[in-house]
Amino acid sequence: MRIVVDFDLCESNAVCMQIAPDIFEVRDDDFLYILNETPGEADRARVEECVQRCPKQAISIAED
Amino acid sequence: MTRTPRAVTIVGASLAGLNAAEALRREGFDGPVTLIGAETHLPYDRPPLSKQVLAGDWEPERAALTDPEELEEDGIEARLGVRATALDLDARQLALHTGETVEFDGLVIATGARCRTMPGTEGIGGVHVLRSLDDCLALRADFEAMPQRVVVVGAGFIGAEVAATARGRGLDVTMVEALPTPLSRVLGDEMGEVCAEVHRDHGVDLRTAVGVESISGDGRVERVTLSDGSTIDADVVVVGIGVIPNTEWLDGSGLEVDDGVVCDASCLAADRVTAAGDVARWPNELFGETMRVEHWDNAAQQGAHAARRLLDAAAGPFTPVPWFWSDQYDRKIQLAGRVHGDDEVRVVTGSVDERRFAAIYGRAGRIVGVLGFNRPRHVMRYRALIEQGASFDEALAAEY
Repeated sequence: MRIVVDFDLCESNAVCMQIAPDIFEVRDDDFLYILNETPGEADRARVEECVQRCPKQAISIAED
Repeated sequence: MTRTPRAVTIVGASLAGLNAAEALRREGFDGPVTLIGAETHLPYDRPPLSKQVLAGDWEPERAALTDPEELEEDGIEARLGVRATALDLDARQLALHTGETVEFDGLVIATGARCRTMPGTEGIGGVHVLRSLDDCLALRADFEAMPQRVVVVGAGFIGAEVAATARGRGLDVTMVEALPTPLSRVLGDEMGEVCAEVHRDHGVDLRTAVGVESISGDGRVERVTLSDGSTIDADVVVVGIGVIPNTEWLDGSGLEVDDGVVCDASCLAADRVTAAGDVARWPNELFGETMRVEHWDNAAQQGAHAARRLLDAAAGPFTPVPWFWSDQYDRKIQLAGRVHGDDEVRVVTGSVDERRFAAIYGRAGRIVGVLGFNRPRHVMRYRALIEQGASFDEALAAEY
């Protein structure tokens, strides 16, 4: 799976960072950085939780 | 004997209800799922209504949370423009405003809340509340007519966002707040004052420690009279003085209602009946406190939890750290936890003067809350500490 973030929608609320700090990081510049764009299947449940709980629905998973 | 429902009906088609429906499918539930909503719109997102949509930056379609194709794909039947008027738990039937009766097996109550209004303002044009998309479009139309002065009654988060959006449109804004300091009950005096200053700096005429006596005008609003006898000329008034949970339809149902539908720690209100979102009151075991939470994040999470609880008695207690954000001007204000006005408050990073900081709240030796101004990273770090039940000292010593 590949993580896709729509940065036009992202407001850096950092909800994803709390769920998966090893994958998402909001830095001091208030922007979101994806630390690991292609996490393994073991991380799927957490990434799906990020997708569901993002207040801006800015995260999606691409299967490619 | 309790069992897993064969079909689930969800009353309330906003964020909590939609999340419940989607969670049922995610968990593999393959029985019928019906979503009943009083509004005629498909589920939409409310936060943009006081910001992007009200500002005119977004057309309302952009706030949609789903579309007919997605609902069909998920096998969710949406019945919109239909209001539930009564619940019969023994017969397991719902009465609808259409006169129809529908049977249910599993039920999620997610009927949300409605705005408190000012008595005596019914029928006066130009007096608004803001909750629904229709509310938003009516207010937006009034803003587009370039009124001379907008008066916002109540400097809570909705009032504050409306004031910020109105200023962004170049409108003159007076905001009236009954408390000496806005949000002092939620954030304490010191942080409430920081919020007040943000508005003053952006040209809002903020009047505090004064109530509203009346809102009057001949057909359309002309003035607001305050409790100190002064008057403010107004073409548009927005009343943001809190909400009332929509529970009247449950009168006589046998469900316990006390400022919300009373649930157990797992969000269960009765056999195969759960509640979620603004309408639900439940004991949050993480805080040892019974709460009803009106935040976006809570509606989304509790909706999903209420669905899981219907499917699995072992779903466990719902123990979130409440969290919300509010965008005002160029500031993102975020609060996580359960804060009281008399908690100890300490700024842990950044500068209050620059309005870029995080402050943590302590009570009885524990960290119970964190407030951030443009500090999302820190808010989430401290939110995790709150979740872990960390001591206030531990939180003060943490470096993020």
